[in-house]
Amino acid sequence: MSTVFEVTRLRKNFGGLTVTDDVSLSMATSDRLALIGPNGAGKTTFVNLVTGNLAPTSGTVTLAGADITRLNAMQRVRRGLVRSFQVTRLFQEMTPEEHVALAVLQREGRTGRLFGDFRRMPRVMEEVRDILGTLGLDGLATRKVSEIAYGQQRLLEIALALALRPRVLLLDEPAAGVPQSDTGRIERALEMLPPDLAVLMIEHDMELVFRFARRVIVLAAGKVIFDGLPDDVVKDARVREAYLGSYAQ
Amino acid sequence: MTAISQPAGQSFNRTLSGLVGLAAIVGCGVAGYFLFPDNLALLTRIVAVALLVLSLDLVTGYCGIATLGHAALFGAGAYGAGIAAAHFGVVSPLAMTGIGLAAGAVAGLISGVVLLRAHGLAQLVLSIAVVHLFHEAANKASGWTGGSDGLSGISPDPLLGLFEFDLWGRTVYVYAVVLLVIVFVLLRFVVHSPFGMLCRGIREDKVRVHAMGASVHGAQLRMFVISGAVAGVGGALNAISTQVVGLDSLSFTLSAEALVMLVLGGVGSLYGALIGTVAFMWFEDVVSAANPFHWLTMVGVLLIAVVLFAPRGLYGSAAALLTRGSGRR
Repeated sequence: MSTVFEVTRLRKNFGGLTVTDDVSLSMATSDRLALIGPNGAGKTTFVNLVTGNLAPTSGTVTLAGADITRLNAMQRVRRGLVRSFQVTRLFQEMTPEEHVALAVLQREGRTGRLFGDFRRMPRVMEEVRDILGTLGLDGLATRKVSEIAYGQQRLLEIALALALRPRVLLLDEPAAGVPQSDTGRIERALEMLPPDLAVLMIEHDMELVFRFARRVIVLAAGKVIFDGLPDDVVKDARVREAYLGSYAQ
Repeated sequence: MTAISQPAGQSFNRTLSGLVGLAAIVGCGVAGYFLFPDNLALLTRIVAVALLVLSLDLVTGYCGIATLGHAALFGAGAYGAGIAAAHFGVVSPLAMTGIGLAAGAVAGLISGVVLLRAHGLAQLVLSIAVVHLFHEAANKASGWTGGSDGLSGISPDPLLGLFEFDLWGRTVYVYAVVLLVIVFVLLRFVVHSPFGMLCRGIREDKVRVHAMGASVHGAQLRMFVISGAVAGVGGALNAISTQVVGLDSLSFTLSAEALVMLVLGGVGSLYGALIGTVAFMWFEDVVSAANPFHWLTMVGVLLIAVVLFAPRGLYGSAAALLTRGSGRR
């Protein structure tokens, strides 16, 4: 498997405080990587650096062999680096169908069109149906987002990301705020992600991490303190000390 | 059957509602012609201002940018058409309308470039500064604009070489209604297009739109240009109709009134913009005739009542009530 995404010695200083301390990681196609760490470990800053919402002090980010460190967030999305949000960011007055159609049209560079209703575009509608159907949202396609449950909104976040056909997908706590009874649906959605897609998940729910990830990276105080298999993470003394606490006992 | 298997039905409903709306506009236009033959000048003015309010709705209602300087775009269209006629002898109404459209679009581009550099209150203040600058520029360039005396000497040729602009304002009224219908149809396409959907997304959450790889600034600027073109057509229509262009056509007062009309009718809907304009201007005309001393107080009371009891505006609240009613059934 070839390397699709690489972060090399990424560093971010806020004044004298180093929040991201020479973090390096690489991902191959099909990777299922989880990034974990205690509160304040620098996970959100890392995501913002990688997605282009924050400029790094030093280091490089490479996507599919191209250096994207100097590209802005929008350009990175267009190259295939897509993220979901920890707290859902959806258009409350629009429907799931409109969300996915907008993402499909954006991917195809057609959101500048001044004429034509997407509902009359058979290829777009077919893809919208496929994506919403896969995630079990087809029955809610024409409801306003403000009228659907939070768990379904989280699924719609994933649907939006999929419609953009990313090379690398960053999922920022995809199950955050979802009742325990509904996390199964999120897990099933994660299992259905395209196999050739590299996925980096930031998550607090350790059960979900251990079921989803084939590799785990642990961040503490801005540094990578562990990079390895899920089975090994609980055995690592530094991780136990920094993060897992009683869970590892 | 799941909801998603009915897209053709939704499209059909949308087309039907568009046709009903169009028929209502044409019907009101025809009714106005026959019911108020002595008031066609006022009705034409209402149509011109309706174009300004529709244009404002594009940036405020569909893109979420509040502005108190939108009359700059309307005035640019009016002066563009007026200067072309008075100084360059371009007196074909269609050419004047085209020049007004272009002048409005350019003013929209300038206005957009300035306004989109800021957000929130700073943006609102910038919009006020923009309309004042346009106003002052027109005032100072009195050789071209007539300054505070207004630009006169505008004598449009007969429409299509056939229809003279008569003293009763019949020709210009028909022209106004035709322009409104054309603009309305085009804007229906725009707001339901992928671009319109992108703008609605921007209004709701810019960060999300950005995370989809779309340019928020580019889309907003584009909408400003489209909006300027629409306002410019309204301004040109006003110049053709009154045959004079005054500084009031790019005033802060007109900008603020346009925003009030939009809020009154309902933000984010083309019908709301039209209904708000007609309601405000009709009410203003009636109460100013009934009580020349306290009519502004009455307009104020109407606005307070609408904001308190129908915060979505006249159209928005009526539509919400109808939706709730059909939901109960």
